[in-house]
Amino acid sequence: MAAFAAFLKKRADLTTIAVRAAYGFSLAMFLANVWMVAALLRNDFSISYVAQVGSISLPTWVKVVSLWSSLEGSILFWGGVLAIYIAVATRSLNDSHGWARPAAIGSWLVCATFFAFLIAGPAQPFGTVVDVPTDGPGPNPLLQNHVLMAIHPPFLYGGYVGMTIPFGLALAALITGRLSPTLLGTLRTSMLAPWTFLTVAVVLGGWWAYEVLGWGGYWAWDPVENASLLPWLTGTAAVHSAILTERRGVLKGWTLSLVIASFLLTILGTFMTRSGIFNSVHAFSQSEIGPTILAFLAGATIASVLLLGFRVDLLKPDNELDRGASRDTAFLAQNLLFVLFTFTVLIGTVFPLIVEAVRKVQMSVGRPYFDRMTIPIGAFILFVMGVGPALPWGSSSREELKRRLLPPMGLGLAFLLAALAYGIRTPWTLITLFFGGYTAWVTIFEALRPVRTRMKFRTDGFLKAFAQDLFGPGRRRMAAYVAHAGAVTAFIAIAVSSTSGRSLEQNLKQGESMTLGRYSLTFEGIEHAQEPNRTSVIARIGVTKDGKDLGALRPMMNQYATRRESIGTPDVRTGLVEDLYLSAMNIDQETGTVGLLVLINPLVSWLWIATVIMAIGGLMALFSSARVGQTIEASPKLQAEPVR
Amino acid sequence: MSSNDGKKRVALALGACAFAGTLLYFVVGGIGNNLVYYWGPTEVLAAGPKARGASIRLGGLVEAGSIKKGEGSNMSFTVTDGKKSFPVRCTSVPPQMFREGIGVVVEGTVAGDGVFESHRLMVSHGNEYRAPNDPAAINLKKLMDSTEGLASSDKK
Repeated sequence: MAAFAAFLKKRADLTTIAVRAAYGFSLAMFLANVWMVAALLRNDFSISYVAQVGSISLPTWVKVVSLWSSLEGSILFWGGVLAIYIAVATRSLNDSHGWARPAAIGSWLVCATFFAFLIAGPAQPFGTVVDVPTDGPGPNPLLQNHVLMAIHPPFLYGGYVGMTIPFGLALAALITGRLSPTLLGTLRTSMLAPWTFLTVAVVLGGWWAYEVLGWGGYWAWDPVENASLLPWLTGTAAVHSAILTERRGVLKGWTLSLVIASFLLTILGTFMTRSGIFNSVHAFSQSEIGPTILAFLAGATIASVLLLGFRVDLLKPDNELDRGASRDTAFLAQNLLFVLFTFTVLIGTVFPLIVEAVRKVQMSVGRPYFDRMTIPIGAFILFVMGVGPALPWGSSSREELKRRLLPPMGLGLAFLLAALAYGIRTPWTLITLFFGGYTAWVTIFEALRPVRTRMKFRTDGFLKAFAQDLFGPGRRRMAAYVAHAGAVTAFIAIAVSSTSGRSLEQNLKQGESMTLGRYSLTFEGIEHAQEPNRTSVIARIGVTKDGKDLGALRPMMNQYATRRESIGTPDVRTGLVEDLYLSAMNIDQETGTVGLLVLINPLVSWLWIATVIMAIGGLMALFSSARVGQTIEASPKLQAEPVR
Repeated sequence: MSSNDGKKRVALALGACAFAGTLLYFVVGGIGNNLVYYWGPTEVLAAGPKARGASIRLGGLVEAGSIKKGEGSNMSFTVTDGKKSFPVRCTSVPPQMFREGIGVVVEGTVAGDGVFESHRLMVSHGNEYRAPNDPAAINLKKLMDSTEGLASSDKK
């Protein structure tokens, strides 16, 4: 790895070497991944990783996803994703980035070298096996249990690994002491790709828990979940403060700090999930990889803090930050709230580790802490998301403020009344719904503002004006409001589903029934299913709602050939209003009884829908700012977005 | 830098400190009130009245002959660590593997009548928590670590 050559910058020929090194790393790492997948498909048990997670009986898709189903392979996969990111990012940099180009490539390659070192050292997927086995155990059954296993990790890696790119760019800005508009544009774009991936990944993790684990919820403030959420929080803050930096030329150091924090939190998250300090399906086995990652985290943190400390003064603000009731203030409030959120979750997650290390006592921070701390912060974020876009940039008159801020109250009150009518009495849920309605109004109203202007002045039809805005200069603006619309939906779905559900646990003999709400459930009988890698015992539960037959749900227990314990799979009847969730805790075939956990979860499906909307928003922003980046390169003075 | 700038900086730093202090106060208070202790029967007994109302994860083996099924999903049994034992009342439907002699972790608190009241029952999947030379003794940490119940919300 001749990565360090890149640091001897200020010489054009060395930049070329750095670029070549970046492409070389990418190609090598990519080929290593392809090689491993091929070995998994060929059941080549002479390779240690295949012997560890492979199995002849596995379906082909499980064989492919086995690449990331265990420690060594997942590090290799990390390298593979990093390879793709570095190749694309290296391509997107050019001479207009000046000396930031070799500095950024150098930073990426240092990270790349670290992961190459991990693969060659502590985690060795390509080791040779002396006594070649005829078959392997296959991956953890919890991971074979659902197709999400094929989707969630690539998205998470897309988010986690992708943070390396903006991190490198931020370091480059600090090293060169200059954050040019070109560099800022690239930084923002490079933030949006991992942000979009991470948004989807965080929720997919929750969806996986919901569909596979069978306890009935999607979020438990588990350290593993928190690890995925933390960089998302700082990432979201960074995407927003970058807008303020771009528009006003302020908060340069702050934006860079958030970008750097996002990267460091991904490494912390990797350490927490992979090192085995928290027991989970993500902590594959106790290994020496933990200290190595911790050392890298420490090194990266020290380097970042030193660079920030010594160089941040070079990034002079071009303007003063606006005070009073303006959109600038709202951006600032948003940033502070997200950072507050991050700290709350981070401290709650890390606290048990510190206590265990210092006092050798095992404990955890209970869910009530996270709920109590984050619900008010979340509600305020929703409030700012409503009020912020309603406010104009810069100062404005009292009448102007009234005209902008009062009308959205209507939809807020409507949502509030609807919630009261539905029987919701939890104060924070009601507050969230009021803010949600308010913000929904503002989001739609502001998203369509240019469309209305177009219709008024050009007398275009709505569809034509809308299409022109979407495919014209307004896409980035529209993208922001699409993402906001998704966020509002998510807020409401989370608030209602987490406070207004009902649940019941009961043992049923064959033929017996139970009722929960308007549902009546009858245990009709036991079925069996046989697949190559598992046998399943299924409880057939007949479901009626208000006497209307809805067919049967089939929660089951799966026994994997290679594992001792059996693992349940819940069955969910998904609806737009509520989900009916059945989980078999145990199925006793001798006495013909089933222990059932039944939940009614309102609005959960809207969380999945909301995530799709947010991801679409992220993608729209990504593709519009890629284009904006090009126009900025053409004429550096050009402002990216029309005001308001 | 003008003196005005300096004053601004001092004000900003003071504001940031006040903000951080308030935050720390709430966070520490919040954590302190919501800790979940990972204890065996010995530790619960040692804690005495302090255990009442505290969130506890009680780990141990299900004592032979102690399981009594009640109405619905109600059930009672005794958890032991080889030295001391503690009575448990449980409202959750037990997982498939639940039986006498297996390692379990129950989550809940000690009720007024001195019985551990649990709403969540998890069964250990491994065997590594058993001490090699004494089958009745257990390694509490390993037991907690190897517990991956179906009703578990935080063992993913």
